[in-house]
Amino acid sequence: MIYDAAVIGAGVVGCAVARELSRWDLKILVLEKELDVATGNSSRNTGMLHAGFTYKNGSLKAECAVEGNQEFDLVAAELSVPFKRTGKLVVGFTDHDRENILKFRENGERNGVKGIRMLETREEIEAIEPYAGGNFAMYVPSSGILDPMQYTIALAENAAENGASFLFGAGVASIDRPGDGDLWILHTEKGDFSSRWVINCAGAFSPMVSAMLGYPEYYQKGFKGEYYVLDKKAGKYLSIPVYPAPNDKGGFATHATPTVDGNILVGPDSYLTEGREDYANRRDRLDSLFKEGSIMFHQMKRDYFIRNFAGIRWKNCDEKTGEVLDFILEADPEKGRSVNLVGIESPGVTCALPLARRAVQKILDRQEKEGKPLSPNASFDPCRKVPRRFSEMTMEERKKAISENPDYGQIVCRCENVSRAEILRAIHNPLGVHTLTGIKNRTRSMMGRCNGGYCQTRITKMLEEELGLAPEDIRYQRENGVIFTGKVRGEA
Amino acid sequence: MKYADVVIVGGGPAGLAAAVRLYDMGIRDILILEREHSLGGILRQCIHDGFGLTRFGVSLSGPEYASRFIGEVEKRQIPYITDTTVIEITRDKLVTAAGEAGLLQVQAKAVILTMGCRERTRGALAIPGTRPAGVMTAGVAQAYINLQNRMIGKEVVILGSGDIGMIMARRLTLEGAHVIAVFEVMPVASGLPRNIEQCLNDYGIPLYLSHTVTDIKGTDRLESVTISQVDDHMQPIPGTEKEYACDTLILSVGLIPENELTLGAGASLDDHTKGALVDEFYQSDIPGIFAAGNVLHVHDLVDFVSMEAEALAEGAAAYVREGSLPECLVSVTAGDNVGHALPQKVSGERDFLLSLRPRRPMQDVRLKVSQGENIILERKMKKVLPAEMIQLKIRKEKLSREGSITVSISQ
Repeated sequence: MIYDAAVIGAGVVGCAVARELSRWDLKILVLEKELDVATGNSSRNTGMLHAGFTYKNGSLKAECAVEGNQEFDLVAAELSVPFKRTGKLVVGFTDHDRENILKFRENGERNGVKGIRMLETREEIEAIEPYAGGNFAMYVPSSGILDPMQYTIALAENAAENGASFLFGAGVASIDRPGDGDLWILHTEKGDFSSRWVINCAGAFSPMVSAMLGYPEYYQKGFKGEYYVLDKKAGKYLSIPVYPAPNDKGGFATHATPTVDGNILVGPDSYLTEGREDYANRRDRLDSLFKEGSIMFHQMKRDYFIRNFAGIRWKNCDEKTGEVLDFILEADPEKGRSVNLVGIESPGVTCALPLARRAVQKILDRQEKEGKPLSPNASFDPCRKVPRRFSEMTMEERKKAISENPDYGQIVCRCENVSRAEILRAIHNPLGVHTLTGIKNRTRSMMGRCNGGYCQTRITKMLEEELGLAPEDIRYQRENGVIFTGKVRGEA
Repeated sequence: MKYADVVIVGGGPAGLAAAVRLYDMGIRDILILEREHSLGGILRQCIHDGFGLTRFGVSLSGPEYASRFIGEVEKRQIPYITDTTVIEITRDKLVTAAGEAGLLQVQAKAVILTMGCRERTRGALAIPGTRPAGVMTAGVAQAYINLQNRMIGKEVVILGSGDIGMIMARRLTLEGAHVIAVFEVMPVASGLPRNIEQCLNDYGIPLYLSHTVTDIKGTDRLESVTISQVDDHMQPIPGTEKEYACDTLILSVGLIPENELTLGAGASLDDHTKGALVDEFYQSDIPGIFAAGNVLHVHDLVDFVSMEAEALAEGAAAYVREGSLPECLVSVTAGDNVGHALPQKVSGERDFLLSLRPRRPMQDVRLKVSQGENIILERKMKKVLPAEMIQLKIRKEKLSREGSITVSISQ
């Protein structure tokens, strides 16, 4: 089969591109090297819907962040993803802090960020968040929080419902365009695929794919950051992201951010790494992050620790000066039918859909120019319907849900109150993902304070039963990440 | 809406023992709510023996021990519902539970909390490294092997010398896995001496004290762990790192009473036990809400869990009959070398059972319970260990209604 468009990478950008492409009558294939969407940096971040006040005026980052921010109420409603427009506080203590904050205010206003205002007194700050520090603050009402994993999953599921195909465990090893012709051949671990268009959404590996397509292998630097996830019990102490005043370069020190589910994230710190997937937490970093985090968030207690994770912002940089550059979004007609997205790091989640629209526009323009305009997908539905979570229902809604489907009455995960109905839906997800972390990221089971101590054994059993899998076929997250070596006794 | 004199949350050893004793004291309108498919709690997966030596004078397996109590519950036809998870308890003792039959709401006169405990996790310890498959708590490994017939690995490192970890070291060895060693961050083992003998020494499994995991490697399945020696402040000593190739890391690093429902009801917890603050009736600071067993404080022997729950039943029965219990205004505090003492409040008018845990291992000590100048009890002990809970019967004759009680251990 010849595809019309092959998207490389199922991170938030790849899934947004697939979703926007699925508005058109196209055969779409998303190739992902891992076994699920959003296993890389799409999910390894703070989950902010950025307002866009820090990015250089006129940059793609600024333009797309503001656009993505403004439309997100509609996007969240269409895709049924949790989202809170919390606003953000940037707090300061000194005159120097004030100077830096005011620079951002001015920049933000130039970028089109609306409603920014200064809070000059403690009373004004406390009216918004009593636990926030600072003598004065900048309040940015348009900032919000979302779950980047749920969001990416939603984009992918909506794309799949509108006809896009997803293939996991299919890392692209090399790409050919025989005779510089109209067709690309993508060589993957799962075989070869032909496509008329290729869109590079390979995230951490986007420079390598860029080179495979004939574009430069852009220079990048990896800024790694580590996080603590804190118990929901700490959630009551913070209702809005509170950031310290930025430093002179516009960077923020460690901060605390509430998640849309009610946890608190403390982090990230920032240091350089070479490893494209160096997601390991480092002991020295966790120790210093704990100390720094305690300054910004006074409820930083060990009793609240749930998890750690790390992410890497692969920034396009000037090789000589080290200066951080903008996102790259390009489609060079000389290089076949391709769209190249490189270095989409923070604020990539906020920018994903605006970038996807721009990428698709490049395809539409070229098709138009070639006299082969695309026709719309007549059955496209922008909405993804998902049943509500048991944990978010009122008692009355729970009664009704259980009477309609008794599986809602079986609580599988006690920490997050996830019902059997939700686990079953996740096991039979539209993308065909069946890793344990896939179930986790879709339901919040195993994400609570017991880390799956109670529910993990039930969920692996359900995976075996529902999908007819052998014990050796149950994977934690990756291809060789088996959970069982076999049975204890009896037939192997 | 249903009504019951007593709702018992959790049908493990504590819940079952409380139910039987309450019934025998004449309280018949009882309902046990259990989230698992069958009664018995964690004992269902504890197929090793050693249970019941104190309570029954014989060594039983976990399921055998549980079945004795389940048999007593069945004999008395005490109502219980399984596959039903309590999701909320209010201050007014309205208990809401979810089950396939629907949302069950029971208005109780008294609520007995016997939810047990959960295991401390990798996340709670912030163990650095990657996040491969093959890292799990001892209880999860035990459930997989003993309840589900699933083998979890071949080359195993165990972090923490908790009892379940040591028991799993033996279990894994018997099932053909190679257990490289058990590493314990503290300078002393946290589990019982008998388990060190029977589960480690008998199988030639080394136990390294003052060691911990400082890195985890592997992207898909676990490939190795790095172990470092720690100093007196439990900080890793640079230069002592040693890498062990393994596919499995089992954590047995502590148990935490499972008190989310307790907090939801508005009861206060003790910072040290992580369980409810209780008086000599095992009543929390919300009248009519009681707690016993591992949800109250982590025990080392199930026999003591059962006995504690039986003692609780007396207070709960009196509460159901009279609508209140005598005030307990005398506080009990942990003094020198005592980690925690329980109950935290007593009346000073009744006998009570004092439970305590030493902070560190000591030899030839004097254990002293005093109230102001007045020494209530003094006992010489050859050896005390944090792994072994100490229980003492305190007689009312020596008590007064004034002044707090302090428990201390000295050399």
